[in-house]
Amino acid sequence: MTLDHHLLGISPQLWDIGVIVIKIAVVVGAVMGHVAYATYFERKVIARMQMRMGPMEVGPYGILQPIADGIKSFFKEDIIPTNADKPIFFMAPIISLMAALTTLAVVPFFDGFVVSNVNVGLLFILAMSSLGAYGLILAGWASNSKYAFLGALRSSAQVISYEVPLGLSLVGVMIMAGSMNLTDIVHAQQKFPGGIYLVPQLIGFFVFVVSAMAETNRTPFDLPEAETELIAGVFVEYSGMRYALFFMAEYTSMIIMSSIAVLCFLGGWTLPAFVLKVLPFLGYVPGLVWFALKLYACIFFYYWIRATLPRYRYDQLMAIGWKVLIPLSLANIVLTGFISVWMP
Amino acid sequence: MIEKAFFLYFAFAAVAVSIITVTRRNVMHAVLCMLLLFFHLAGLYLLLNAEFLAAVQIIIYAGAIMVLFLFVIMLLNLREDVKKVQYGRLWFVGVIVVCGILLAMAGAYVFMVPGQRSDWTIGRIVAETHTAAIGQVLYTRYMFPFEVVSLILLVAVIGAIVLAKRQLK
Repeated sequence: MTLDHHLLGISPQLWDIGVIVIKIAVVVGAVMGHVAYATYFERKVIARMQMRMGPMEVGPYGILQPIADGIKSFFKEDIIPTNADKPIFFMAPIISLMAALTTLAVVPFFDGFVVSNVNVGLLFILAMSSLGAYGLILAGWASNSKYAFLGALRSSAQVISYEVPLGLSLVGVMIMAGSMNLTDIVHAQQKFPGGIYLVPQLIGFFVFVVSAMAETNRTPFDLPEAETELIAGVFVEYSGMRYALFFMAEYTSMIIMSSIAVLCFLGGWTLPAFVLKVLPFLGYVPGLVWFALKLYACIFFYYWIRATLPRYRYDQLMAIGWKVLIPLSLANIVLTGFISVWMP
Repeated sequence: MIEKAFFLYFAFAAVAVSIITVTRRNVMHAVLCMLLLFFHLAGLYLLLNAEFLAAVQIIIYAGAIMVLFLFVIMLLNLREDVKKVQYGRLWFVGVIVVCGILLAMAGAYVFMVPGQRSDWTIGRIVAETHTAAIGQVLYTRYMFPFEVVSLILLVAVIGAIVLAKRQLK
């Protein structure tokens, strides 16, 4: 940064606060724009995979569809069930979105651009993602409806089961990088011969991807929602803007899970050294572009899976979590530990 | 100055939230207040430079244990409890006992002598990061108690599985 507080004649504390506020505004604005267009992207991708056109009416190729959706949900009637627990019913979508947006504070989008460079960044993300589940559980409980209640029960069981492999799958990355700070993890990958942790942490990456899908309630693990059996589960009683808040929270946490995958396994905003040796001109492309491209690839993968796989049964979901993912991630930790002791 | 203000906020809010927790009629509201309490405790840990402890506090207590509480409450479906009498007849005895304990603690505080400081100063913890510091101390100096605690937890896990699976055979 070339400008600083000496030039503008304001006190350093005020300057720091101003910089943080501007960073927060930029990050939240950018992510909200991405959330809006992630819905458009999803509908287009899935439409293509099912030989349809997707949204075409609003604007050229339906490009203004997210804006139309936003205006529509903003002006829709807000229906609240008579027997709902009103304070909790109002709070639930806000908790969901707040937990998702708070996580953005520790995500570095390119070198040096992070709202708050926390030493326990990864743990902070895990803590906030577990808080996000409260939104769903409370929504289901407060709605006072059988479908919503079943959805909430499933959601709480799912969170307890998949939080564990999600955290354990990242331990291998923590061991290799020797840090839980996301910026340090990316720098450690740069120094690593392969350039990305995807190759040595293949098992961890697999476990992470599966549990991230369960954690964000995406198909094939969208059991709390499950349109076909629970007619939308925890969201049954929500309408208009409150439903849109849940929707935004889900897409924000999808973006966050994808950015963790990018930062911890795919090298973040950097390219592997051997790629830069072969194609040196790629080094002039700003890091944000690589981060965004990797992020979009991960989000595309989410949609691809959604268009391909049917939903799992509830007992299958539990069996995958406890009998496959947790043993795999534990084995990965032991393996990574031994390798990093013998070959430092 | 700012740190003191934050400490006062976290400390007073933690006490206020715990009082609200034990006086709620609705179990769900009580659980939510307890969730707030855990966040305030995590804030207190952060003020002590214990960022690892703060994060783990939220992940374990707020993320896992309270979700389990909610799961059990939802399974029991306690909506009728709201209409029942909330406190037993002897609630004032509890208040007197708590006040007595508080007084005893306040008295003990007057005679408190600070113990010997270890070589882990705040500066060293900040330099080596709290996670590394806690890991080193846990696996060297407090290795034996740590292993004992792990063994106790393992026994509890095996016991739970045995109890849950007994009727199958």
